[in-house]
Amino acid sequence: MAKLVLEFERPIIELEKKIEEMRKYSDNLDISHEITTLEKKVDQLKKNIYSNLTRWQKVQLARHPDRPYTLDYIEGMLEDFIELHGDRFHGDDKAIVGGFGKLNGETVMVIGHQKGRDTKSNLYRNFGMPNPEGYRKALRLMHLAAKFNKPVVTLLDTPGAYPGIEAEERGQAEAIARNLFEMSHLPVPIIVVIIGEGASGGALGIGVGDRILMFENAWYSVIAPESCSSILWRSWEYKEQAAEALKLTAEDLLSLGVIDRIIPEPVGGAHKGPKQCIEMLKSTLTEELKKLKKLKPEKLISQRVEKFGKMGAWKE
Amino acid sequence: MAWFRRSKEGITGEAQKKDMPDGQWTKCPGCGEIIHKKQLEQNLFCCPKCNTHFRIGSKEYFAILLDEGSFKEMDKKMRSVDVLNFVDTKPYDKRLTDTMKKTSLMDAVRTGTGEIEKIPVAMACMDFAFIGGSMGSVVGEKLSRVIDKAREEEIPLIIISSSGGARMMESALSLMQLAKTSAKLAQLSDAGVPYISVLTDPTTGGVTASFAMLGDIHIAEPGALIGFAGPRVIKQAVGKDLPPGFQRSEFLMEKGFVDVVTPRKDLRATIAKMLRLIEG
Repeated sequence: MAKLVLEFERPIIELEKKIEEMRKYSDNLDISHEITTLEKKVDQLKKNIYSNLTRWQKVQLARHPDRPYTLDYIEGMLEDFIELHGDRFHGDDKAIVGGFGKLNGETVMVIGHQKGRDTKSNLYRNFGMPNPEGYRKALRLMHLAAKFNKPVVTLLDTPGAYPGIEAEERGQAEAIARNLFEMSHLPVPIIVVIIGEGASGGALGIGVGDRILMFENAWYSVIAPESCSSILWRSWEYKEQAAEALKLTAEDLLSLGVIDRIIPEPVGGAHKGPKQCIEMLKSTLTEELKKLKKLKPEKLISQRVEKFGKMGAWKE
Repeated sequence: MAWFRRSKEGITGEAQKKDMPDGQWTKCPGCGEIIHKKQLEQNLFCCPKCNTHFRIGSKEYFAILLDEGSFKEMDKKMRSVDVLNFVDTKPYDKRLTDTMKKTSLMDAVRTGTGEIEKIPVAMACMDFAFIGGSMGSVVGEKLSRVIDKAREEEIPLIIISSSGGARMMESALSLMQLAKTSAKLAQLSDAGVPYISVLTDPTTGGVTASFAMLGDIHIAEPGALIGFAGPRVIKQAVGKDLPPGFQRSEFLMEKGFVDVVTPRKDLRATIAKMLRLIEG
């Protein structure tokens, strides 16, 4: 499959190709000086492009199909992972996965949205858009974690909860609401990580916790920029403006107090170095879990409620 | 015979041809009946012919449900702050001040304490007229405080919902109000204080996906639209026509998400009866 190249990545990739070609001929010709010059140029170009990304460009990075997904993190970070299936009422939602595994020798419950990479796997995963049974499976697994006193890690990456007829019939809203309610007083540590797309209630449905971490190029908002454009501007054409207005980047959300910490990505985004991202997340989680484990359940819960209680902006 | 036929009645029916003095008469969106404002008010804003429940606001609900003179409003002056400097077709700050002027409301919810048939309650009621009843920071904070009030005073909580969902102009801060209100309700529930959620037309999006669906008891007004995604979004996503009655109160009761569908005229008595059963 051809790699997806984003519009703003093109100049970099073209230069890199050129360098690659020059290297091929460098056996016969001494052009090492030219190569070094070009390499410097590429570095400079990367710096310019990636430090000046617009919010919409970051949304595109967050959606890149080569970005690591939940199962990539699980496979890369955990040992002895066993996936657990089903909500025990309706079925097994493939858009949310989860199970126990070991992180540095300690058992954790990891739950996350799961997208597919091609048409077939995307259909199987419903493009990472959960149905109510997905949220109910997640809740069942969280209760298991609480029962056995194991911390919970959730990985958020969804374009939204699925807006289907059956989803409504089975109570999509109730399933999400129930999770917010239950997660707010779960007696074990919960760490939430926005790894890609954090679209609205569909993301938040597994997103209440003690620490909210977010990858550098992920986005998190009350609505996707396209949908926001269609509602407020009555046209799909204003997605760039909508992305700007929604202040949906990690940096924005850190300053608004919605998240606690940004996890850096390799230059060019997570898809340029999935291994580095996995290592980065593993060490960050280890560090954060260590701190949370010291807290008693009552303290953990009261801090969690207080944390969300403070969010918002108003005056009297 | 004409090659086309009118498929729906009521587009240019008799009703419109009647002479209507401005402001005195209202047309029922359900059956097209022309109703005098006085008559509508006496009938608690329900059509006397087809029983369509008109959308009403907090002022009307407080009057219908609470004992006269018992309502004490909380956080009257709280208002939104445009920290995001959100601009769509209009700056958010301008939208807020315009809406305040137009509706004489400060935001999309009013909260306080009162009595229903002498039973003290904490109560909140949303106003759909205020930016589609959308939940931003003010709605979340006012609800949190009235939930705290119910918990501290150990009085039952009643929230009347009517909302298009979370307010886009406060982006992630709006989204966090879902978590905030749900967390407060978990505390209330852990304290054993009852919470009755009353769902009215329409209750959708982030409001349904948080406090509106977390009641111990769910009471819906007849025919109210209640759901997560809006019908247009669903239709677009699935490319199919939606089944009749889809996402209406009666449909939700059938699917197991609403306890009782109660006409507005019985709402006060039903809530009082339920509270006496729980607390008696």
